[in-house]
Formats: sequence, C-alpha cells, structure tokens
Amino acid sequence: MDLILPDFGLLVWTGLVFSLLLFLLAKFAWKPILNAVNAREQKISEALELAEKTKAEMQALKAENDQILKEARAERDQILKEAKEAANGMVEDAKGKAKDEAAKIVESARQTINSEKAAAMAELKNHVASLSLEIAEKVVRQELSSDDKQKALATQLAGEIKMN
Amino acid sequence: MQQAGKFSSLLQIIVFALSFFVFQPFVHASEEENFNVGEMIMHHIKDAHEWHIAGPEHGGTSIYLPVILYDNGFKVFSSKYFYHGKEVEVAKKLESLSFHYMEGVGPAKGYALYHEEIYKLNKNGELHFVGEHPHNASPTDLSITKNVASLLFGSILILLIMLSVAGFYRKNGAVAPKGLAKFFEPIIVMVRDDIAKANIDKHKYHKYVPYLLTIFFFIWINNMLGLIPIIPGGANLTGNITITLFLAFCTLLVTVFSGNKNYWGHIFWMPGIPVPMKIFMIPIELIGILTKPFALMIRLFANITAGHIIVLALISIIFINKNIAWAGLSVPMALFISVLEILVAFLQGFLFAMLSALFIGAAVEEAHH
Repeated sequence: MDLILPDFGLLVWTGLVFSLLLFLLAKFAWKPILNAVNAREQKISEALELAEKTKAEMQALKAENDQILKEARAERDQILKEAKEAANGMVEDAKGKAKDEAAKIVESARQTINSEKAAAMAELKNHVASLSLEIAEKVVRQELSSDDKQKALATQLAGEIKMN
Repeated sequence: MQQAGKFSSLLQIIVFALSFFVFQPFVHASEEENFNVGEMIMHHIKDAHEWHIAGPEHGGTSIYLPVILYDNGFKVFSSKYFYHGKEVEVAKKLESLSFHYMEGVGPAKGYALYHEEIYKLNKNGELHFVGEHPHNASPTDLSITKNVASLLFGSILILLIMLSVAGFYRKNGAVAPKGLAKFFEPIIVMVRDDIAKANIDKHKYHKYVPYLLTIFFFIWINNMLGLIPIIPGGANLTGNITITLFLAFCTLLVTVFSGNKNYWGHIFWMPGIPVPMKIFMIPIELIGILTKPFALMIRLFANITAGHIIVLALISIIFINKNIAWAGLSVPMALFISVLEILVAFLQGFLFAMLSALFIGAAVEEAHH
C-alpha cells in the first residue's frame, strides 16, 4: 500500500531540488544553448539564402557573359564580312582602274601611232613630191631640150586634156 | 570479429558478476529462510534510509544515509543507529502474526524503524501494532533517503552535463557542436521542435521550452540511472509515486496558470451545446483537468516500477530454483528486458514531456470558430 502513497519527506526534497534544477538549467543551460542553436540556425538559413542569391547572380552573370560573347562573335563575323567585302571592292576597283588605265594607254598609244603615221605620211608625201618635182624637172629639162619635143609635148598634153 | 567476441564474453562475465554482486543477500537469505521473491522485489523498488551495496541485508556493505527528523526541533543522525540498533520482535499469537522492527540506539533513541517508516516509541518503549500497522505517532521525516540521494545525484549529473554543453556554446559561439554538445543538441532540438513547437502555439511555445526540457531530461536521466544495478544507480526514483506526483502536479500548475479565456470558457461554458448540457459539462471538464496529470503520474510510476519488477523477478528465477544453471535463462531474459527498459526510459520521458506540451498547448490555444 505504501508503494502508491506519496511520502512527505521525499515530496519536500523533490520540490526543492526540482525547482532549483529548473531554475539553474533555465538560466545557465537552456538559455545559452537555445540561443546558440537559434543563432546558428539563423546563420545557416542566412547562408543558404545567400548561396541561393549568389547562384542566381552567377546564373545571371553567366547569361550576360554568354550574351556578350554571342554579340562579340556576331560583331567579329560582321567585321570579317565587311573586311572581305572591302577587300573585294578594293580589288574590283583596282582591276577597273587598271583596265581603264590600260585602255587609256592603248588609246593614247594608238593616237600617237596615228599621228606619227600621219606625220610620216606627210613627210613621205612631201619627200615624194619634191622627188617627183626633181624628177619632173629633170624629165622636163630633157624633154624640152628641143623645140620639136616641146611642140610634141604640148600637143600630147593638149590631146590628153581633150580626152579627159 | 574476434574483438567483438571478446567483448561480448567480457560483457557476459560482467553481467554474471553484477547479478551475484547485487543479489547476493538473497543467497544468504535463502540459506536461512525461504526466499520470498515478492518481499525482495518490494524492498528493492521502495525507498530506504540506507543505500545497500553488497552482502547480506543485515551486516552487509551499505551506505548509511542521514536521517533528518523534525520532532520539536531538527534531529540529524546516521541511519546506522537504526540498522545497527536493537531488533525487536512483536508476536501476536491470536492472529499468528509476528513483526520485526528496529529500535534506534544512540541519537536515534526513542524512535523505531519499521518497513522504512520511522515511528516514535510509546510510553512503554515499543511499537503498538493494530492489525498489521503500528499505531504510533510518526515524526516529520525529512531524511536523505535512497531516493533523495539518487535525486540529488541525478540532478547534479544533469546540471553538470547541461552546463558543460552550455559551456561549449559559450566558448565556441554558434558553431557545429562537438563532443557532449553533439550528442545532446539533437535531443534538445527534438524537445523544442517536436514536443514544444508541435503542440503549442508557435508564438507562445518559447516560454515553455525550458520547463519541457527540464522535465524530459530529469525523467530520462533518472530512468537511466535507475537501470544501473549498483550505486549511484538502481534507486527506483522515477518509479516512485511521490516523484511522479510532483512532476504531474507541476504540469497541472503550468497548465492551469497558462489557461486563457478560451480554455476556461470551454470548461465552464462549453460553446456549441444547449444550456443544460453546458451545466452538465462543468463537473466533467473540471474532473478532466485533474485526470490528465493523474494519468501522467500513473503512467510514469507504473512503467518504471514494472520495469524494475520484471528485471528483479527474472533474476530471482535463479534463487527460486536454487540452481545456477537457471542463469542461462534468467540472465539473457533480464538483459533483454534491461535493453528494452533503455528504450522505455527515453520513451517515458518523451511521453511525459509530449503530453505536458499537449495539455499546455490546449490551455493556451486561441479560439478558432
């Protein structure tokens, strides 16, 4: 029976010891422990949040980098293309110019040749004329050395005029 | 493998040695008289004014704890003045009953110890038995009994453990725990999250966490100490009705003083039912306030006491049969129950704190109709 009856002395001691234990633990154990645990949980959740944020930032940064790279690549292509076009244009230009120049040179050469030719022809004509004149003079001098001959020529010439 | 084998055989030797070490008195007892299992078990689960260590019950090795009596002023003396006092036998031939009690000597003169109760001797210098109980007056007994000593030891142990855990955080700040703190932190967090936060309003639970932590560790550590067969363990502290009564009473007080308008409204004027039923419900709800902690008290008391009784009864098989071969059966069974009791030790602490949190949670709950 006394197993299920409370004992006064033990009750007094339990009350005393348990109250003291509760007070001491609450003040010197639970408070610092729970504070530390809470602080650490706070720290961990903040760190996780930061990590999440950093990850998002990294992703944004990477996307930006990719964009920049893409743009740079496109720009490079553009520049290359333009450069090629420019080079081609230059070559074309040069070719055209050279052709023109060649044509001009050929033309001027032809003109020079022509004028030279004309000059040579004129000179030749003059020369031929003077030669012919000399020859004619010599012939005439010989032909007209006698009156008969002068007469015969005159007649012949006259006859020729008529026929013409 | 070999190491493990060595270890387990060593363990067996220890278990054997301990069981003989602790239960040796009954070998002696059985030589003198018939071995009374019930008496031995009751003796072990009840409180005492000495802490018996080894040897026969009288004249063996014991720590004699101080007796503190309040009887027209305090009287403090060692309990050895009872245990080494004068043994008196009172025979009642009519009812064929005989009682043995120890009359105090020296400073304990004028008092007698009968079944660990201290009585004042009457004018004739004896205990007067009426039926099976002495009819003498008792002084107020504030002795450091076995349970009080165990209570002090357990409390100091909890205090040392928790102060050392707190010291770790004080020294290292909010870092990952190491050592003792690493072991206890998950349990502390479990009490805070799974017991307090899970049952009590999330804005109010903070206030009750220290109480729930204290009650959980008090019950758990003392349950574990009770499972250790030798000093400083082995006292049936948490299986003592006085302790469970006090703990349940604490929960009752916390619940009653935390109760808000909504809680008392549900008790004295239950909403949502007709007026005659409201009146009818008042006494039922009032009884309900008491039955909840009453169940807490009985649950812890019965579980822990039952555990001690089972282990002792299984060991007693050897002494009932007076044959050491029975140890082959009784020791493994007792070991199995002891291991089970380690689980029960935790479980009962958890349950007590859990249900306390549940009752407090119900008392501080806000109306949500």
